[in-house]
Amino acid sequence: MRTKLIVILSVLAGALLAWNLHTIFLRVPDEASQGAIFRIFYFHFPAAVTSFTCFFVAMFSGLVYLNKRDLRFDAAAAAINEVAFAFATITLITGMIWGRIIWGIWWAWDPRITSYFICLLMYFGYFMMRRAVDEPHRRARLSAVLSILASVDIVIVWKSIEWFRTQHPGPVLEIRGGGGMAPGMEAPLFWNCLAFLLLESALVLVRMRQQSIQSEIESLRRYAHAF
Amino acid sequence: MNFLRQALAVAAKDLRSEIRSKESINASLAFALVILLLFSFAFDPTSDQVREIAGGLLWLVFAFAGTLILNRSFARELVNDCLDALLASPVSGAQLFLGKALANFLILLVVECLSIPVFTVFYNVHWKQSIGLFFVVMILGTWGLTVIGTLFSAMTVNLRLRELMLPMLVYPMMIPALMGAIQLSSLLVAGEPLGADNQIWFRLLIAFDVIFTALALALVETVLVG
Repeated sequence: MRTKLIVILSVLAGALLAWNLHTIFLRVPDEASQGAIFRIFYFHFPAAVTSFTCFFVAMFSGLVYLNKRDLRFDAAAAAINEVAFAFATITLITGMIWGRIIWGIWWAWDPRITSYFICLLMYFGYFMMRRAVDEPHRRARLSAVLSILASVDIVIVWKSIEWFRTQHPGPVLEIRGGGGMAPGMEAPLFWNCLAFLLLESALVLVRMRQQSIQSEIESLRRYAHAF
Repeated sequence: MNFLRQALAVAAKDLRSEIRSKESINASLAFALVILLLFSFAFDPTSDQVREIAGGLLWLVFAFAGTLILNRSFARELVNDCLDALLASPVSGAQLFLGKALANFLILLVVECLSIPVFTVFYNVHWKQSIGLFFVVMILGTWGLTVIGTLFSAMTVNLRLRELMLPMLVYPMMIPALMGAIQLSSLLVAGEPLGADNQIWFRLLIAFDVIFTALALALVETVLVG
């Protein structure tokens, strides 16, 4: 069942990504002031949306664990955070490439970029902490708490664009109070968000399967050592 | 009322044991002085530019010295299974946490008050009328550091590599509070007036303190007991 779901999600994500790549690189015209580099936004923004969404979903999964004490929710939270971490790294790297071309620098110590980096460091700590705890329920509890604390920080990141004077471009999309993009240019962005979310779901399922196999191997190893 | 009384009892216990042993306060003060000394090698301590970054230096010293205190906070209860005894006592996790946070806050405040005169002399700082406001920033910032730090001290107390895990987890979390405190302190040390656009840093500090105190009180039972 899970394998079938992974295949379906991967095929959907792959097809959608291929179609999006075609639209982004061949159909959408260059942006008036930025030229071709603006296309990186089609990857930067969906990766950011995906990572944010997943960090929050992982937090809720942690909350459900705290409520039900079912380790499957902790495994899901860990898998989601791992994949979200990869997407967050993509956001940061694509942002840096864009900054190098448009601002002339790889890194600007702007509050939003800095907060995003802080967020990455926090989740790095999250993975380190998970490795440092052996007892599964204790690990799940601490992970859930850390996830909640980190999510509060993500809210500060999300709001910081309005709170601080910032070098990061202001909201672009109309739904967030920006001026909006040209009509044909906004749709591929949302399609790519969907593609990234599908890809994320497929990767999370793969990661969860790896985790369950890993714990099975560990229990077999313990069983073998018992004799 | 009962809640506060029991939290204060925990705080008094921690402070009493600290006054008798002085282990955290001595280590943390010595560490603060060493860092202040080391900074003087990194740049010319008498130049005017230093005054602009002095607030930042000071808070880095506080944050580094603070971790030493925070690391000991729960770790000192591990000997003779004192932590288990505390958890088994009628004191709730939130009370235990609040008591320990208060004790850490006071100890760190003492270390800060002792480092500031040294810092003033070393870096030739002229305090104008800003010292009162600086103390407000110090109290807000220090509470932010201790509340987050004490929660993480509770989280990491039973972990392998506890001494490594605490700074790694706690510094990224502290950053919003540190950012606000550094920004305000730098202005105050430089003797500049706090304009209306800097009020946001005060709000950030207060919001950080309130949000994380509430979260910590709500979550600490889960961390300690399960």
